Amino acid sequence: MAENEPLIIAFCCHYCAYAAADLAGSMRLQYPTNVRVLKLPCTGKLEVNYLLTAFERGVDGVIVAGCLEGGCHFLEGNLRARRRVERAREILGEIGLEPERVEMFNLSSAEGPRFAQIVTEMSTRLTKLGPSPLRPERTTLEEGVRELTLQAEANLSGEKHDRCQP
Amino acid sequence: MIVANRKNIREIRDMIKDHKRVLLVGCGTCVTVCLAGGERETGILGSALRMALKLDDREGVVVDECTIERQCDDAFIDALGSHGAEYDAICSFGCGAGVQALAERFPKTAVYPGLNTQFMGILEAQGVWTEKCSGCGNCRLGEFAGICPITRCSKRLFNGPCGGSRDGECEVREGLDCAWQLIYDRAREIGMLDKLESIATPHDWSSGLDGGTRKVVREDQCIAGLGPKA
Ligand code: SF4
Ligand code: SF4
Repeated sequence: MAENEPLIIAFCCHYCAYAAADLAGSMRLQYPTNVRVLKLPCTGKLEVNYLLTAFERGVDGVIVAGCLEGGCHFLEGNLRARRRVERAREILGEIGLEPERVEMFNLSSAEGPRFAQIVTEMSTRLTKLGPSPLRPERTTLEEGVRELTLQAEANLSGEKHDRCQP
Repeated sequence: MIVANRKNIREIRDMIKDHKRVLLVGCGTCVTVCLAGGERETGILGSALRMALKLDDREGVVVDECTIERQCDDAFIDALGSHGAEYDAICSFGCGAGVQALAERFPKTAVYPGLNTQFMGILEAQGVWTEKCSGCGNCRLGEFAGICPITRCSKRLFNGPCGGSRDGECEVREGLDCAWQLIYDRAREIGMLDKLESIATPHDWSSGLDGGTRKVVREDQCIAGLGPKA
């Protein structure tokens, strides 16, 4: 992967986008390789600080992909996620990062080609915007993204943490 | 509960501009419930602040965060242990009482407010809080069918309504309920209209905000040697 290619994290719902990404693979569709997929049980699990932490680690962009509106397995998880993405965008704007670096998409598990299209679209957008000014050198960035994934997994498995541990 | 909202990130960044190590302290009580300064919100602010400082080329500044159960109670500040003293500034995400409790506990550390404390109120609907009480120190809700004219009537009328009450709305702002319409409606509902027929007496403001810091003392609860301070 080229040094100047944008690095994207995609928070994908298990029931739709994650399956769609899988399908895109089975269909042997071509899409940029610079996306790291993180599976969520529902986009409603997404918190604003997951998004901010990703940017803090230096990723160039974030995709949040949930089920079609009205099709959430937990009724309104994807609607909540949309509001959280909006809030994260406001905060990014407040600190001087382009809000369009994060975007929410809706798709169904049958839409492999749509997943490939979303990744391509975000990758093109981020290439135009240029790398995030918070981006560290490549290996640190990749390491950060790996840590983030592990953290998210621990979080999802309900591991407790000490609230007062600066 | 005490309702607050967060300050603008730029304002917080400017407040801490002379410091190298800053601890953001969240509070797990009222401000967690009103989604202003709990663990999650403090985490969000911490992330945003670190990014803002990096974008300002102030990468060397350390910003950590932690949340304690209740900032306005010194016993809970124990949870910070010696951490507080390891920083040259603390930014509190508690209400104004929490900020001051931290300042008392860490006399050598600069302490800043991360929130704007608004009022004592209730959750009206998801994500909406409204003011209900001004802490006047001499509650008269019993005379006004349980609706506070001090807090909810824009003119603090004890013998309302004024002439500006229109279709249940106050003349001061569109969408604002007229407290006196609410008082009248509720008094009628609960059969207390007769209470509104006599003139309400002037309020005793001596128990209110203007006589210096107020204090509540329960002698039976005070342990010898541990307070209250004379
Ligand atoms: S009368 Fe005083 S104490 Fe009672 S609700 Fe109103 S402001 Fe609060
Ligand atoms: S309209 Fe009602 S709430 Fe507004 S000032 Fe007059 S009496 Fe008070």
